[in-house]
Amino acid sequence: MASGEAIIEVKGLTTRFGDNVVHENLNLEVRRGEIIGIVGGSGTGKSVLLHTILGLKKPDAGNISVFGLDLTTMPDDERRLQERRWGVLFQDGALFSGLTVAQNIQVPFREHLNMNPVLMDELAAVKIEMVGLRGSAAVLYPSELSGGMTKRAGLARALALDPEILFLDEPTAGLDPIGATAFDELITDLKKTLGLTVFMVTHDLDTLRATCDRIAVLAERRVILVGTIDDMLRSSYPWIREYFHGPRARAAFAAR
Amino acid sequence: MAKTAIAPDLEAPKASYRTEVRGRELRVMLSGDWVVAPVLSVDDELRAFAEASHDADEIVFDMSGVGRFDTAGTWVLERTAAQLMARGIKARFDKANEAQQTLFDKVGEGAYADPVRIPDEPLVVQILARIGAAVLVLADGARDGLGFFGTVVAALGRTIRHPSRLRVVSLISHMERAGFDALPLVCLLTFLIGAVVAQQGASQLARFGADVFTVNLVAIIFLREVGILLTAIIVAGRSGSAFTAEIGAMKMREEIDAMRTLGLDPMDMLVVPRVLALMIMLPLLTFIGDIMGLIGGGVVAVTQLHMSPGVYIERANSAIVFWTFGVGILKAPFMALVIGLIGCQSGLEVTGSAESVGSQTTRSVVRSIFLVIVLDALFAMFFTAVGI
Repeated sequence: MASGEAIIEVKGLTTRFGDNVVHENLNLEVRRGEIIGIVGGSGTGKSVLLHTILGLKKPDAGNISVFGLDLTTMPDDERRLQERRWGVLFQDGALFSGLTVAQNIQVPFREHLNMNPVLMDELAAVKIEMVGLRGSAAVLYPSELSGGMTKRAGLARALALDPEILFLDEPTAGLDPIGATAFDELITDLKKTLGLTVFMVTHDLDTLRATCDRIAVLAERRVILVGTIDDMLRSSYPWIREYFHGPRARAAFAAR
Repeated sequence: MAKTAIAPDLEAPKASYRTEVRGRELRVMLSGDWVVAPVLSVDDELRAFAEASHDADEIVFDMSGVGRFDTAGTWVLERTAAQLMARGIKARFDKANEAQQTLFDKVGEGAYADPVRIPDEPLVVQILARIGAAVLVLADGARDGLGFFGTVVAALGRTIRHPSRLRVVSLISHMERAGFDALPLVCLLTFLIGAVVAQQGASQLARFGADVFTVNLVAIIFLREVGILLTAIIVAGRSGSAFTAEIGAMKMREEIDAMRTLGLDPMDMLVVPRVLALMIMLPLLTFIGDIMGLIGGGVVAVTQLHMSPGVYIERANSAIVFWTFGVGILKAPFMALVIGLIGCQSGLEVTGSAESVGSQTTRSVVRSIFLVIVLDALFAMFFTAVGI
C-alpha cells in the first residue's frame, strides 16, 4: 500500500451531452492516501467527472482505471466487487427515505456481507458515533434530519464497509461554519486513521486549505492544473488567480 | 497490482487469535487482517471469549501480528475488552501502532450505548392499535376534508368577486391537460362499455322477445349513470393523481412555502385553477362520453339486432326525456369538485419524503373514486325522492 501510487487514473476522457462537450481529452491521476480537491467554475463538469469515475455515466472516449483496473470495460459482476472498495457521499446525502439512519448504514452490510443482526446494529452504532451523530439519531428517518445530520449520516453509510476511496460531492455545502470545520476535521482524521484516499468536489476554500493535499482545477474541458495550494497561489492563469486571490480566498488563507 | 482482480480485502484474508498464558497474564495474540469481512467469522468466538471464565489477572491483546485494521476490527476488540472489564477482568491492548491507536481513540465510548429498540407489543394489542389509529385517521381526514372544502369555497368566492385574481393561463392549461388530453381514453372506454351493455342487454332481453328495448336500456343507463360514473373514475385516476403528485412534489421542494413568502396564495395559484378546470371539463367530457356510449350501443344494435341507424336514433329519442340526460350531467360538476379537492388536498398533505408523494397519490385516487361512487348513490336517492 505504498502511498504515491496512482489509485485512480483518468486518461483522455471525453464526455458529452448531445452537442455539449463537457470534457475533452481530460487526464487526472489521484494518488493513494491523498485528499484531492476538484475545483472549477459552474458547468465545468466537476460532478460529471465524479459520476463518470463512479460509472454512473459512460465516458464517450478515454479510459478510467481505479485500483489499477479498467472499470469501463469490466463486466458488471466484477465491477460490483470493486464498488465495495469505495464509498460515496452525494451532495444531498442521498439517504434512502424509507429507511432509518441505522438501516441506511446497514444497506451495504446486507448487500455485500452475510452479517449477523447484532453485529450489524453494533457497527451501525460505531459509524454513527464516528461521524459525530448522537446515538439516538439511529432510529430517525431522513426526513427528520437537519442538513448537517443528513451529510453525516450519508458519510456514515459511505464508510460502512471501510472503503479505500471516499468520494465526496460538495461535502460542506449547506453546513454552518462550525459544522463545516468539524466535517473537515472528520475527513482529515478518517484519512489518517483509515488510510483513506479522498476525492472531493468542493467550492469551500476553507475545506481546500484545511484538508486537501492537492487540488485539481477544471476549466476549458480539461484539468488545467494539479498541485498544492501554493502552486495554485503562484499560478498566473486568470480563473485560478481570481479564485485563489479573491476576497473570500484572502479571508480563508489569512489564517495560514 | 496483478492480484487485485478480486477485491483483496473481502475475499482471501482471515482474522484469527490464539491465547498464551504468561504467569497471571493471559496474552491474546491477534493475527491476520482485522477488517470488516474477516472479522465476521471471529465475532461469535470473541463473544464467547468475553463470556468465558478466565484464570488470569489481566488479559492483554497483542496487536503486533495484526495486518490490516479497520473500524469493524476496532469495534469487536474494544467491545470484547469492555465486556471483560465489566466483569472485573482487567483488559488492555499492547503493541498497537500509531494508526491502530488512533482508531482505538476514534471508535469510542458512545457506541456502547444500546441501540434504541421499539418493544414488540402482543399481536392483539397491535391489531387493536391499528384499528384505532385507522379510525382516528378517518375522522381526521373527514374533518380536514371539510376544512379544506371551506377554504376552497372561500377562495372560489374571492375569485368570483375579483375575477382578476383568476390565473387564466393556468386554468386553460389545466383544462387542456385534465380535459382535452383525456378525450381519447374517455371516448374509447365509454364506447366499449356502451357496446358491452348493449350486447349483454340484448342477449337477456331477447328471451322475452323484448330486444328492441336494448336501446332504452343503453340510453337510460348511460345518460343517467354509467357515462358520468365512468368518466369521473377515469378523470380521478388520471388527473386527481396528477394533481396530488404535482402539488406534492412542489410541497417537497418547498415551492409552496416560497409562494407564501412571496405573498402568493397557493389556493389561488394551485388549487382554484385545478378545481375550476375540472368543474368545467368534467361535464363536457361526460357529454362526449354519453354520446360515445350511445354510439357504442348503436353499433351493436345495428350489427347484432339488425336495426337500421334511423330506427335506433328514433327509439333512443323516444326513450329519453331531458332529465335523463340532465340527471347525469348535473352530477358532473359536483364529482369534479370532489376529485379536484381530494387531489389538491392530498398533494398539500405531502411531507418531506419522496415516499410520502407516492402514498398520498395512492390515497388520493382511492379516496376520490370512493367518494365519487358514494356521491352517485346519494344523488340516486335524491333524484328518486324528487321523482326524476
